[in-house]
Amino acid sequence: MISHEFLKQLTSLAAALFLLTAFAILAQRHMRALLGWFAIQGILLAATSALVAFAAASPELYISALLALLLKGFLMPWLLWRIVVHLGVNREVEPLINIFPTLLIAAVLVLFAYYISLPIQKTSALMTRNTIAIGLACVLIGMLIMITRRKAVTQVVGYLAMENALFFTATAATHGMPLVVEIGIAFDVLIAALIFGLFFFQIRKTFDSLDLSHLERK
Amino acid sequence: MTPWLLNIVQALLLISLAPLSAAVLKKMKARLQNRRGPGLLQSYRDLGKLFGKEPILPEGASWIFRLAPYIIFAATALACAIVPVLLVQTPLSAAADVITLVGLFALARFFTALGAMDIGTAFGGMGASREMTFSALAEPAMLMGVFVVSMAAESTNLSTMIHTMLNGHFGLRPSLAFALAALLLVAIAETGRIPVDNPSTHLELTMVHEAMILEYSGRYLALIEWANQMKLLLFMTLLLNLFCPWGIAEEKTAPALLFAAELLAFKSVFLLGLLALLETWMAKMRIFRLPEYLGTAFLIAILGMLTHYILEGTA
Repeated sequence: MISHEFLKQLTSLAAALFLLTAFAILAQRHMRALLGWFAIQGILLAATSALVAFAAASPELYISALLALLLKGFLMPWLLWRIVVHLGVNREVEPLINIFPTLLIAAVLVLFAYYISLPIQKTSALMTRNTIAIGLACVLIGMLIMITRRKAVTQVVGYLAMENALFFTATAATHGMPLVVEIGIAFDVLIAALIFGLFFFQIRKTFDSLDLSHLERK
Repeated sequence: MTPWLLNIVQALLLISLAPLSAAVLKKMKARLQNRRGPGLLQSYRDLGKLFGKEPILPEGASWIFRLAPYIIFAATALACAIVPVLLVQTPLSAAADVITLVGLFALARFFTALGAMDIGTAFGGMGASREMTFSALAEPAMLMGVFVVSMAAESTNLSTMIHTMLNGHFGLRPSLAFALAALLLVAIAETGRIPVDNPSTHLELTMVHEAMILEYSGRYLALIEWANQMKLLLFMTLLLNLFCPWGIAEEKTAPALLFAAELLAFKSVFLLGLLALLETWMAKMRIFRLPEYLGTAFLIAILGMLTHYILEGTA
């Protein structure tokens, strides 16, 4: 039997790696690497779910882990990659602020998330309570990706990274939501990704570019 | 055996084996590139040749130019003396503070830059300005990375840190992995290896460290080259002993010391092999990409710090 302490450490490790993937997504310049890290984040999310499922002995979490693995680890990155190839936008990600200052902002966001999650951590008695701050930080970083990118595809990756982080927080903080809710969310996100794809084509058809600043001028 | 003697032997071992480690690296790289490469004693022969030659001083060189190589060598040799190599506790280990160590490297670097600017050639000035720019970025990253380890060990003394790493029962500590990653990136930059700087380049425009020592010859060049080889070995020993200290001797017995030496040699060769692979596999980075590379190292170190506080704090 694996000890409680070891499981706790494994969860911490998963949280640290999750934070790393969030930073990596923020730091990438090329669409291919960006989607690669997004896929890694999805796989990590699935691994965390499985870990929590094992630790909390709740078998239905294994199903949500499997869903995360299939949808977030493979299907969605692949879908986005196909759209990127099809639209021919596999060039540099165009950030509004330079990459490095963005990363520093992200580091400050982590501190901020830690600070505001301190009171929550005190009230929680769960094994995974330390990961709440990390989850919250990753949500904020996902938002930062959406704010600081110009192109539609990258913004969508930011949105999906945010969703990943929310899922991570939910799993880590509460040992998962009811299975029905999770399946619902998973398919919602999948449909959202498909609709985003349609939007990409429409935006490009209208403006000849995926630069969202064109949308503001009207 | 007195502890002082051991300490001196340990330092001399590091200093005398430095050229060998550089030669091993060169040989491994040559093998990976399907060349035979120079023999393992070639670095010693090169140093001997340089020491035997008459140094030529450029026109207008002041005493700083002549003094700089000695200071560079002395600072690096002193660093070799205070770092725990085979034994955790040595008489000089009270001085083995991480901040002192970074300070010694900074001193050596400062004098390299001074010597380069002293003669007023374009390449010297260019190399010095580049080196200083990068070190301004590399030093905080290195300190931050080391501080993550010091926070886990609750000390900045190297011996205490190694002792805690050996006996601390840390389990899985993601912050230490981040610190290791950051320090590896910094070590590559500090020792001037590919992808940051190419030590065997002949293209003046891409040089960083080599541009600064372009005007040196004879024994001055030998001292600087030797100091550089020492720095490489020193960084490797430091990383190995901090993050993989198993096997290092805690008591002063001959078998324990011998075992520590064997294991350290084995670990160093392994690390050199990794470095050779990396250098063969990667091309030198564009010089304007370097701030970003060092920034990444700094950021990873900060991530390590944050995960230390958030995930491994007083829980």
